[in-house]
Amino acid sequence: MHDFEFHAPASLDEALTLLSKHNDDAKIMAGGTSLTTLLKQSLIAPAHIISLHKITEINSIEVSGDTLNIGGLVTQRQVELSDIVKKHAPLLADAYRRVATVRIRNVATVGGGIAQADPAMDPPPSLLILNASITATSSKGSRTLPIEEVYADYYETTLEPDEIISQIHVPAQPAGSNWTYIKYLPRTEDDYATVSVAAIGKITNGEVAEARIALGAVSSTAIRAATVENALVGMKQSSLTREKLKEISQTIAEIVDPTDDPRGSAWYKKDMSVVFARRALEEVLK
Amino acid sequence: MTTTPVKQSITVTINGKAYTKEIPTYRTLVDFIRYDVGLTGTKEACSVGVCGACTIEMDGNITASCITLAVKADGANITTIEGVADGEKLHPIQEAFINHGGFQCGACTPGQIMAAKALLEHNPHPSEPEIKEWMMGNLCRCTGYYQIIESIQAAAEAN
Repeated sequence: MHDFEFHAPASLDEALTLLSKHNDDAKIMAGGTSLTTLLKQSLIAPAHIISLHKITEINSIEVSGDTLNIGGLVTQRQVELSDIVKKHAPLLADAYRRVATVRIRNVATVGGGIAQADPAMDPPPSLLILNASITATSSKGSRTLPIEEVYADYYETTLEPDEIISQIHVPAQPAGSNWTYIKYLPRTEDDYATVSVAAIGKITNGEVAEARIALGAVSSTAIRAATVENALVGMKQSSLTREKLKEISQTIAEIVDPTDDPRGSAWYKKDMSVVFARRALEEVLK
Repeated sequence: MTTTPVKQSITVTINGKAYTKEIPTYRTLVDFIRYDVGLTGTKEACSVGVCGACTIEMDGNITASCITLAVKADGANITTIEGVADGEKLHPIQEAFINHGGFQCGACTPGQIMAAKALLEHNPHPSEPEIKEWMMGNLCRCTGYYQIIESIQAAAEAN
């Protein structure tokens, strides 16, 4: 491993000051599960590591009106177990429960996971369809941006080097909606998915009132399938045959752009994206 | 890159005893425990936080010591496999692993015991699916999984 200065600021302000000083030469460490792995593999070699583990200001989950405000340093295990998350956004609690193992979730944070921007992680499709947003804070101030504007590419975000994800805002799931998170993988459940799909659906008076769907692991970022959503909203439930859902899901093959890896070949992932999208829609539009 | 490693002094309490050492900032916690402190019960196998061999308890939660920087553990309270028994008296989970053949070569066993102990502290009477879900991140290359599950069920019954 490379040599680096290790900083453990006690407050967010102190961390932001350090970050503005070292900027591109520094990497922020939240839980550190991903960052330490990258360091060990010499994929990154920052001169400074600013660890946030002593900061206690952004470690809680609160509800404001209908929105969950999750501190950037809340652990993934906290989200999984939180009663208020289970109540307002059960999809989110389930998505975080499916990440790796309890050993990782005990340490890995919500903000750290978003900043890592690995498109095969479990939470991103759910964060997208829950219309989550984040607050990024630097020594100059804070800005709030929708989650889809955060993910830029494989392991890349639009965050500035001096910004820290201080909050994640998640509006409650629509009342009475169905939801699912399908993680399809041929190996053990703690691995990354071959294809993952999160969906929310709601039928009101025999018509599709809500249809939201996003996929993970099949593009450079998790992606929301707006074409599918737009096609479904307003449709009569009685017209949603398996054939019809298959036809609508087929448009997903045009928006995914998977790569070959040990979890599946690109063509297989593309085919499975369509199959699991259709299954997710069948489940939430009952 | 500098040639002299950047060093930092840390104090970590392991199994009730405080250790103060000056270490390079890049030292992983598993290396600190094994080579600086000399407690070799904790194993490193996959080195990327997947296999569970390096499982330790840090401030009340199990964690992968191979992907934790030792400097991050400054001030922490850690339990390793050496701290599980009460002197010569083995922990009920250790007894159960012996009585039910919960290990073959033994390389994964310290991690299995640390994970199983955390499971029973969190959920004293887990169902079989709950045991499988919790323990799935602890790999056994001898594939003695059924005996591991039986050992944990036996330890839960003895509770």
